[in-house]
Amino acid sequence: MKTMLAIISNALCRITGKNAGAQTVSEGARVVVSRSLSDFTPQATFDIKRCDLHGLEAGPPVRAELTREQGLQYYRTMQTVRRMELKADQLYKQKIIRGFCHLYDGQEACAAGIEAAINPSDHLITAYRAHGFTFTRGVPIKEILAELTGRKGGVAKGKGGSMHMYAPHFYGGNGIVGAQVPLGAGIALACQYQGNNQICVTLYGDGAANQGQIFETFNMAALWKLPCIFVCENNKYGMGTSVERAAASTDYYKRGDFIPGLRVDGMDVLCVREAARFAADHCRAGKGPIVMELQTYRYHGHSMSDPGVSYRTREEIQEVRSKSDPISMLKERLLGNNMASAEELKQNFWCSDQVVSSLEEDEPSSACTGPEQKVWWKEEVR
Amino acid sequence: MATSLRCFLRSGKRAGLVAAQRGFSRSSAAAVQVNVRDALNQAMDEELERDERVFLLGEEVAQYDGAYKVSRGLWKKYGDKRIIDTPISEMGFAGIAVGAAMAGLRPICEFMTFNFSMQAIDQVINSAAKTYYMSAGLQPVPIVFRGPNGASAGVAAQHSQCFAAWYAHCPGLKVVSPWNSEDARGLLKAAIRDDNPVVFLENELMYGVPFEMSEESLSKNFTIPIGKAKVERQGAHVTLVSHSRFVGLCLDAAAVLAKEGVDCEVINLRTIRPLDVECIEGSVMKTNHLVTVEGGWPQFGVGAEICARIMEGPAFNYLDSPVTRVTGVDIPMPYAKILEDHSLPQVKDIIFSVKKTLNV
Repeated sequence: MKTMLAIISNALCRITGKNAGAQTVSEGARVVVSRSLSDFTPQATFDIKRCDLHGLEAGPPVRAELTREQGLQYYRTMQTVRRMELKADQLYKQKIIRGFCHLYDGQEACAAGIEAAINPSDHLITAYRAHGFTFTRGVPIKEILAELTGRKGGVAKGKGGSMHMYAPHFYGGNGIVGAQVPLGAGIALACQYQGNNQICVTLYGDGAANQGQIFETFNMAALWKLPCIFVCENNKYGMGTSVERAAASTDYYKRGDFIPGLRVDGMDVLCVREAARFAADHCRAGKGPIVMELQTYRYHGHSMSDPGVSYRTREEIQEVRSKSDPISMLKERLLGNNMASAEELKQNFWCSDQVVSSLEEDEPSSACTGPEQKVWWKEEVR
Repeated sequence: MATSLRCFLRSGKRAGLVAAQRGFSRSSAAAVQVNVRDALNQAMDEELERDERVFLLGEEVAQYDGAYKVSRGLWKKYGDKRIIDTPISEMGFAGIAVGAAMAGLRPICEFMTFNFSMQAIDQVINSAAKTYYMSAGLQPVPIVFRGPNGASAGVAAQHSQCFAAWYAHCPGLKVVSPWNSEDARGLLKAAIRDDNPVVFLENELMYGVPFEMSEESLSKNFTIPIGKAKVERQGAHVTLVSHSRFVGLCLDAAAVLAKEGVDCEVINLRTIRPLDVECIEGSVMKTNHLVTVEGGWPQFGVGAEICARIMEGPAFNYLDSPVTRVTGVDIPMPYAKILEDHSLPQVKDIIFSVKKTLNV
């Protein structure tokens, strides 16, 4: 393999008349390869934080393998989500996005890591901070932004908005805090009922963790051994209330009581991936549900109407950005182990301005009273 | 026919117990007596058999045979996978049922009474009813929420509320309220086969009441279209519109009034949402008088909605007097029998309202 790559790269160099080696590339241009593939490390193993365990003898591995392809894929996913959220921030300030807009920047490793660990045929449901998962579950950026800006080309034709976007095996986007947790267990029940070896990942936040219906769900999921991974995305604040002020026990991974739990570094995409894989294996083995607490952080406030600094300090936000940013962490790993080049990582593989301007061509969701607008019932009769 | 029906309705539960349980007593060659409980039981049994995605969950539905015995025998026949006993966690199990519906199953979620559905009403409204619209058709929720609704006998305020108006208020839900066995059977089958969330309001006092059922209504594919009312009795002088148990009272009142020369048309709504306004309008344009009868509270209720809709449509010009609503009294249901009896519409109240409307 290496010999063949060397031959190809030499041939390319002869054709272009350039020396093999690093070249500068202009931002925005499509580049096939500027360095020969054989220069990059194809795979590396990284030490990751050990997870805290509850009700488990053993946990996920403490070393994670990462191939170059995977590294680039996770990086692209997280960068796309980051840029999409920053673009949404801009559009909201321009009043093109209205109502609620809960941004996910800072938490990208959670969505990317989970998606890397499960199959597309598995199921996922989350709460209202859902743009990241909407993308990882397969909805194109353009359809997400079209939905946020109320256009017919939006994934829900402009009728749902930020909190109500759906895709195959992705059940939103749910506006009522905690209500998605019983729904997720129900989806897991359907998986068990149909015997299809699929699982459901059911996400909720540190704020929602105090909802009664979650404990009702834990009880039934454990009783019936539903293949459900309950994921608590603990970003330390439920709106403006810090976890210490909201919960008598902030060990969210233990609050499933009779359900085993893991506490995971949610800023490290590899840690999230390994933990999610472990949890998925647990469910698929018929052992019942499992709780996974991802310790993460959101840079924005709770929503666009919250500056996010009245209940926490700017220093705290800045510290997380500089020391624990998920995208930076992966970038350092890739560059430090020669798994990718800085130019590759700088590529703007998704040009946000282009996508946004192409939205202008799409019609806004019209307020007509045609028959299509009145359909709130499915009319097929079986 | 009317006499025997009236006799059964008056004796209520006792008559039901006298009639055969799973077996039928035959009164004529073609027709068969089936009580409402058995009609519901058979409908669920047949739909469970027909489609393996259908399953039933709720408190005491399996090993207890159902709190009101509506699911008797189903657990023995279908087992733990299809008939699921839940803990006392309405919000949790209603949400689980809705999630299962989203993922491709067809759950029947039983509330022991609809009073307990208030614990879970967020799941019914926000998770079930609104989702098809919010997702622009991407995510249907084919679920049935069923259970007894309205007043029973002596169960007092927290266990006697009628939720027809509450659920019918919400776009995205279908709300159905059967009266007799044929309604119960046909509407429950239709509800289970419907791809939308359906709230199915039964009545505990009607469970034991037997009705004659035709051979056609006992066939496996018998369904009643949701959204269509039925004229139970043709008449010329006044239209009585009602749903659930009070249809029976309207028929009783009509029998008494017939002797005095007043000819009542009795409409059984069968479906609360979508309301069959056309049926009511057609009748009002014939009789020129309208009285609505329901067990629920008067304010913002089913009768109030009928009044508004009649006023907004062509039938308004045919009214010779304002519409009268006969409803439950605007108080929490008291316990003592005499107070309870006076808190709900009785036959004499309906007769009084008809006479007042007709000015006789």
